[in-house]
Amino acid sequence: MSRIVLRGENLWKSFDRREVLRGIDIELGSHEVVALIGSSGSGKSTLLRCLNLLEPIDDGRILLNDDDISDPRVKVDAVRARFGVVFQAYNLFPHLTVLQNITIALRTVHRLGRSDADAEGMRLLERIGLADKARVHPDRLSGGQQQRAAIVRAVASKPEVLLLDEITSALDPELVGEVLALVRELGNEGTTILMATHEMAFAREVADRVLFLDAGVIVEQGTPAQLFGAPKEARTRDFLRRFAA
Amino acid sequence: MTDNVRDAWRPSEIELGRRAFRRRQTGRSVAIAVASTVVFAVIVWITLINTPGWSTVQQSFFDPATWAKAWPRVFGGFLLNIKVLVVAAAGVAVFGTLLAALRTTRGPVFFPLRALAAGYTDLFRGLPLIIVLYLVGFGIPGLRLTQTRIPAEVWGTIALILTYSAYVAEVIRAGIEAVHPSQVLASRALGLSRVATLRLVVLPQAIRKVTPALMNDFISMQKDVGLISVLGAIDAVRAAQIETATAFDFTPYVLAGVLFVLLALPMIRLTDWYSARLRRREQMGGLS
Repeated sequence: MSRIVLRGENLWKSFDRREVLRGIDIELGSHEVVALIGSSGSGKSTLLRCLNLLEPIDDGRILLNDDDISDPRVKVDAVRARFGVVFQAYNLFPHLTVLQNITIALRTVHRLGRSDADAEGMRLLERIGLADKARVHPDRLSGGQQQRAAIVRAVASKPEVLLLDEITSALDPELVGEVLALVRELGNEGTTILMATHEMAFAREVADRVLFLDAGVIVEQGTPAQLFGAPKEARTRDFLRRFAA
Repeated sequence: MTDNVRDAWRPSEIELGRRAFRRRQTGRSVAIAVASTVVFAVIVWITLINTPGWSTVQQSFFDPATWAKAWPRVFGGFLLNIKVLVVAAAGVAVFGTLLAALRTTRGPVFFPLRALAAGYTDLFRGLPLIIVLYLVGFGIPGLRLTQTRIPAEVWGTIALILTYSAYVAEVIRAGIEAVHPSQVLASRALGLSRVATLRLVVLPQAIRKVTPALMNDFISMQKDVGLISVLGAIDAVRAAQIETATAFDFTPYVLAGVLFVLLALPMIRLTDWYSARLRRREQMGGLS
């Protein structure tokens, strides 16, 4: 495997008394696209949120390019800026224009000047074909357009890892394609991606590796061909059968 | 050619009939409304001018000569009210937002600040404005902190800011809490700090949500600026009092009242319009 970008070791997390993550070990190689599958409540979203410190972990260690980011002395805001995150419900800022949404981190976190940030924002919008929507507010965009804008907002500051949290679950089926096409493109360009997803066909096509998460543990992992073609564990087979049905 | 190109739509007989019916209905409603309003106004008017004391009341409250004579002084005082209002509104905006921000801080480190802000809003929302005016306007000068005498309207402005900030802080806090947590999550995920998130993401959305309530507080403050007269500042109310005392006629009070209403009317209309617009937008159902 190539150089490790992100490594989680023995990650534990519980909410109240409910253990959501129970000793997860996860590695993400440079330029790797990894899909995280599992039924809802299996801990996929929590794992993503713990990795970029949106949720504090109860135990374990997280290394981002060899920096221990789970050390309490690290600056949390600076660490989060090294990740890109896209959420299920887009979470664009409704009071800002599409362009302002994309440039807000460039300007406040990365201290880019207005014209530089705007130029970069426009370049990204042109790329996803939304340059004409730069000055409108997100509520004028379709769900697919909003999610694509959210994706370029996340990659605008060139994060070391891109975390995608079921980004197509809130979309009408006809809009899923355009969003996945953008993710595929980013993956082909070498962006390191960890995505929680229910799109099995997409995971199979785009991911280099698939992890199956159940009840807070990684039950099985492997290439898409291995995991979808010949799952070893009974739980994996059960899960995939339910999805195929 | 005329066969395959459809003509522009022309309303059918049925539709024209429906429209005529609706027009007749509307005409009737308007006629009834106008007639009933006129009848009501006439009855009120006749009752009023037939009351035994009407001529005295008319003379001592609605006397044109007193009105004209009182105008310069009362209007001059009214300009002071406007000045106080502008300064107080700016002060409340800053101080109220600060209080709201303090009350929504998280973590044990900020407990003293949070408790202080909570205690402050409790105290000043409970305390009648007039008592705050007396305490600030007569109490603080009594400490003799400065050599020169600070004018009464300055103390009045401070008292208004102290009291109204408590109300406005609570309104803004409600707005802050109404912003969906996912917005904060998205902002923090981009690496924005807590303060940057509050300033750039949470507050702009919070203020928008509570603008009608804030405008209401502003309207309320517009008339409460008249209370600074109790400290001796020569505002519209105080000027009217002086004119009344010399003319033995209450018309100057009516004049001051009319000025306050005229000041408030645009804001009241604006609030109504904005609230209606906000309601329309929210009821369109988009989650955005």
